[in-house]
Amino acid sequence: MTAWVLSAALWFAFGCFGLGQLFCLYRVVFAPGLSDRVLALDTMTINMIALLTLFGILHGTPMYFEASLLFAMVGFVSTVAFAKFVLRGDIIE
Amino acid sequence: MTGIAEIVVALLLIVGGAFGVVGSWGLVRLPDPMTRLHAPTKAATLGVGSVLMASMAHSWFLLGRVTWHELLIAIFLFLTAPVTGLFIAKAHMHLSWDKRELPRPHRDDDWATFGDSAAESPMVRAPDPPPRSE
Repeated sequence: MTAWVLSAALWFAFGCFGLGQLFCLYRVVFAPGLSDRVLALDTMTINMIALLTLFGILHGTPMYFEASLLFAMVGFVSTVAFAKFVLRGDIIE
Repeated sequence: MTGIAEIVVALLLIVGGAFGVVGSWGLVRLPDPMTRLHAPTKAATLGVGSVLMASMAHSWFLLGRVTWHELLIAIFLFLTAPVTGLFIAKAHMHLSWDKRELPRPHRDDDWATFGDSAAESPMVRAPDPPPRSE
């Protein structure tokens, strides 16, 4: 009976996070500094986690869980590696 | 019962989507790099957290399948989001702030960002650091 509510909310969330990805992409391209660009890329991985989870809800499968966990880990490690390189000139000292 | 569960999942999805788009819009809209750092943390915690809770509620109440792995992603994100925020802030300070702009640290210590090995970083002399808007 209320299936359309769930469907509409799901597509609303898809639209919101897709729009967020576009905003982040704008900030990646037109960034005033290096740290802004990396922050925007980090936000893109976070939005991507949300999009993959929404995809899992849409298809009713837990298959996309591994992909979103990988996105979370790789996003974190790459951001920390960038910051470490800027701060110390080396990633693994 | 199914109707209530569907409405709860829909509300969580709407809240998550709204916070996600606000966080990313703040990244474009806010004027200063340090304030821009503030916006995506809302997307990371409230936005993605609501979506993950919606996914859990969906598979519990609508598919009848008890899952916990969304909680794993949520815990991982909540642990790593402050760390990435701190690291990006320090990298930004290192690249474009002047040392005299900062308050003096305690006693004889220096800021770790401007410590002994800071001068050896190949990124410190970045081409044209952006002017800091007040």
